[in-house]
Amino acid sequence: MASKLQQLYKTFSLQELRKGMGVTGRQFFNKKTTIMYPEEKTPKSPRFRGLHALRRYPNGEERCIACKLCEAVCPALAITIDSEEREDGTRRTTRYDIDLFKCIYCGFCEEACPVDSIVLTDIHEFHMEENEERLIDKKRLLEIGDKYEADIATARKQDAPYR
Amino acid sequence: MSDVEIEIDGKTYPAKSGEMLIEVTDRNGIYIPRFCYHEKLSVAANCRMCLIEVERAPKPLPACATPVSNGMKVHTRSEIATEAQKGTMEFLLINHPLDCPVCDQGGECPLQDQALGYGKDNSRFLERKRSVPSDDIGPLIATEMTRCIHCTRCVRFGEEVAGVMEMGAPGRGEHVRITTFLDNTIDSEVSGNMIDLCPVGALTSKPFRFAARSWELTDHQSISSHDCLGSNILIQTLRNRVERVVPKENSDINECWLADRDRFSYQAIHSESRLTKPLIQRDGSWQEVDWETALTYTADGLRSIIEKGKAEQIGGLAHPMSSLEEFHLFQKLMRALGSENIDFRLQQNDFRDDDIAPRFPASELPIKDYARQSSILLIGSNIRKEQPLLSLRIRQGWREGKTTISAINPIDFDLNFECAVNEIAPDSAMLSRIAALANAIADLAGTPVPDEISTLSDDSDVALIARQLITAGQEGTIILGAFAQQHLDASLLKMISIWIAEITGSRLAVLAPGNSAGGALANCLPGTNGLNKQAMFASDMSGFVLLGGQLELDCLDAYVATKALKNADFVVQLTAFKPDPHEQNIHVVLPICSFAETSGNYINCEGRIQNSQVAIPPIGESKPAWKILRVLGNFLNLDGFDQITLDDVTKEVLEVMNSSDRTPSCRMKKFRLHAPITPTHDGLIPITYMPMYRGDALVRNASALQNSSDNPGPLVSLHPDTIKEHSLENGDWIEIGNGDVSACLQIIAEPRVAKDCVLIPAGYIETVNARAPGPLRIAKSNQEKS
Repeated sequence: MASKLQQLYKTFSLQELRKGMGVTGRQFFNKKTTIMYPEEKTPKSPRFRGLHALRRYPNGEERCIACKLCEAVCPALAITIDSEEREDGTRRTTRYDIDLFKCIYCGFCEEACPVDSIVLTDIHEFHMEENEERLIDKKRLLEIGDKYEADIATARKQDAPYR
Repeated sequence: MSDVEIEIDGKTYPAKSGEMLIEVTDRNGIYIPRFCYHEKLSVAANCRMCLIEVERAPKPLPACATPVSNGMKVHTRSEIATEAQKGTMEFLLINHPLDCPVCDQGGECPLQDQALGYGKDNSRFLERKRSVPSDDIGPLIATEMTRCIHCTRCVRFGEEVAGVMEMGAPGRGEHVRITTFLDNTIDSEVSGNMIDLCPVGALTSKPFRFAARSWELTDHQSISSHDCLGSNILIQTLRNRVERVVPKENSDINECWLADRDRFSYQAIHSESRLTKPLIQRDGSWQEVDWETALTYTADGLRSIIEKGKAEQIGGLAHPMSSLEEFHLFQKLMRALGSENIDFRLQQNDFRDDDIAPRFPASELPIKDYARQSSILLIGSNIRKEQPLLSLRIRQGWREGKTTISAINPIDFDLNFECAVNEIAPDSAMLSRIAALANAIADLAGTPVPDEISTLSDDSDVALIARQLITAGQEGTIILGAFAQQHLDASLLKMISIWIAEITGSRLAVLAPGNSAGGALANCLPGTNGLNKQAMFASDMSGFVLLGGQLELDCLDAYVATKALKNADFVVQLTAFKPDPHEQNIHVVLPICSFAETSGNYINCEGRIQNSQVAIPPIGESKPAWKILRVLGNFLNLDGFDQITLDDVTKEVLEVMNSSDRTPSCRMKKFRLHAPITPTHDGLIPITYMPMYRGDALVRNASALQNSSDNPGPLVSLHPDTIKEHSLENGDWIEIGNGDVSACLQIIAEPRVAKDCVLIPAGYIETVNARAPGPLRIAKSNQEKS
């Protein structure tokens, strides 16, 4: 009987509503956390796993040595590599394809790479219009690497103490 | 046979006294790490990886070099043993580079695997690592000698198994390095096995270099049909491409070895020279057409000959490397067309004993017993190049002191064992020498010798061979090689050998090329009134159906072969490779699949049927030969060509074959000697031979093999004295031929060739004219070729 009266009082005194409005009111005058994407962006961890890239050494030589460890470790079978002996006798890829639809962005390829060649950049805003664009080839991957090398290097440096 | 008992890790095992500990543990599935030990090689005990603890021994002992003794107590996993193994591993890794990601051995490397179990996670070694220069040792093996751990498996393989010590370990201590002597290349015909033996990435396959990783390859069981052994192979593919071929162990046939010919000929499958579309000869050039057009054209061509009533003027020649099913459908098609002119014996020149011949060319001696003979007589056989793996077995018996080998050969071949007697008897001398042997054997055995044989005999002294064969009795074997089978009097050679074998009790082996046994058992042979290969070339044929290969390169008598093709009205060729762009004699070429793209059965010289599986889909528009033959049958409205799968064909041919006895036998149905027809030469004696890497279309299109030393090029070999006699010099260009036709070829001095003999290699277009019939003439050429 007493609990029923209590319930009745709560209902008619709009206690819950005022409590809720209180939260709303407090947030209304607080500093805002919403950002205006895409003009504004949240900061990202240096470990962010986004679009793939193939890196080069500072002298311009591609890092990848076609060891195929990334292909072997990839749980989604997203990587396809063909290799050959280049004219100078080194082991190089003739094909390095990543299927972006198959990829689950787990980062195992980056972990497996003995020469820090394949990396996941912090780029997450990419799109494609045709189905076949989901396959990115060696040329494209190296281009991404070349373009964002500074960012990639900085991110690796920041994360280095924790590896 | 076990006479002692030993205790390993607390369990008792029976063992034979004198055997090594590692043999007992291997037999019982107890793991002991090792690098230098290999069951087919001698014990070196230099890697020290197999150290184990033996009770009451002061130090750990190497399992590979410790003989068992009764009551021995062994611990393979004790602290002392693992400590010793870990120590060894640390020492090995001091100088071994950590370049596994770029090493072709990565993923199938014993050092990599064992480092995981016995190695440390980081190195205590801070000094400079040793680096060793890598030499170019030929087109087959890639070297990276810094990776070498000096197990000496390759050195021991060359010395013990292959019989040519091409690798050695000069230097001491830190400076020891495995290398060839004097910067030579590795030229052995079985050198590829060193790649398998090398436990690290020091010796890797050059054609396979950086092409794929071992873990991503798919295995397909197959058979190599380059020789009559039928070596078991694994074709390894990646994404529908044959990446390499490795041996499949079969202790009865190839053990764990493989000849380079079987291992590297896969390169031809994806070579530029593969034919991918049917071709028709029009206006003097090749034109690509679709299958429908090509088959209609072929059927029309054959039909027009038949309509003229000349069905019996169509000849069918198959390459001896074809599969059993291909042979069967080929002869079936020819017979349905109304022709009995069918043959596959492209390198044979004497067919007079066809009516009394055994079912198929065979070895009465099982392959695994070749190492257990007390006497072997080679007649006209360069067995090292013809059947390299059989030669290894003979060498094994010879090394163990079991086998005495003698040879009656046209040339002093460079064999990988020593012959007690080595008679050099070119041409007609071979016949008289064997007749003399029969005489000598008859004398010793006290049996009369048939008059026909004794009249052939010369007075050479072959008593030693005779005594050997008689003493050996049933443990003796007579091998007739390629030079005996291609002899103009091959039927006599065979008959006299059979007579000798019957008197002495020895066994016989006729080692024919490729899948000859399959060809004979599928009855791909001339029927009643049918013409054999030689007769086809001699008579005026209207048409030819050719299965596989390229006739002018596969035949020793290429000159007459080319002429026969030229005279024919219609020639259809089924082949996997592009024809010569200037070829005029062939009218239509149908692309067939190589052995990797179609399955089939092959029969080896023991009569053993072995199945080869499909590894990759057909390349281009090529189709399996059996399908083409079947569809040709349909296009010509012939009966009996309604098989749907290859299994139907196999079933059909096995049904026919099962009615006949397949025990290997070389005995003729009766004793009959023909009159010898070998011409006696006043001047130079031509000897034609097939170099081992020119014998079939596959090896001819495998680039690595073509670059190796067993492809000599179209060079004519002469004895240095003969060169001098003709006032020539080594390296001169000569006109060689019968006077009417001639070829311009370079000569090379070769002391192994007997005086007055001219050794001409077949398998080259350049030498075709030099092989025209008639007396041989040579003269210095005026035109210098660069």
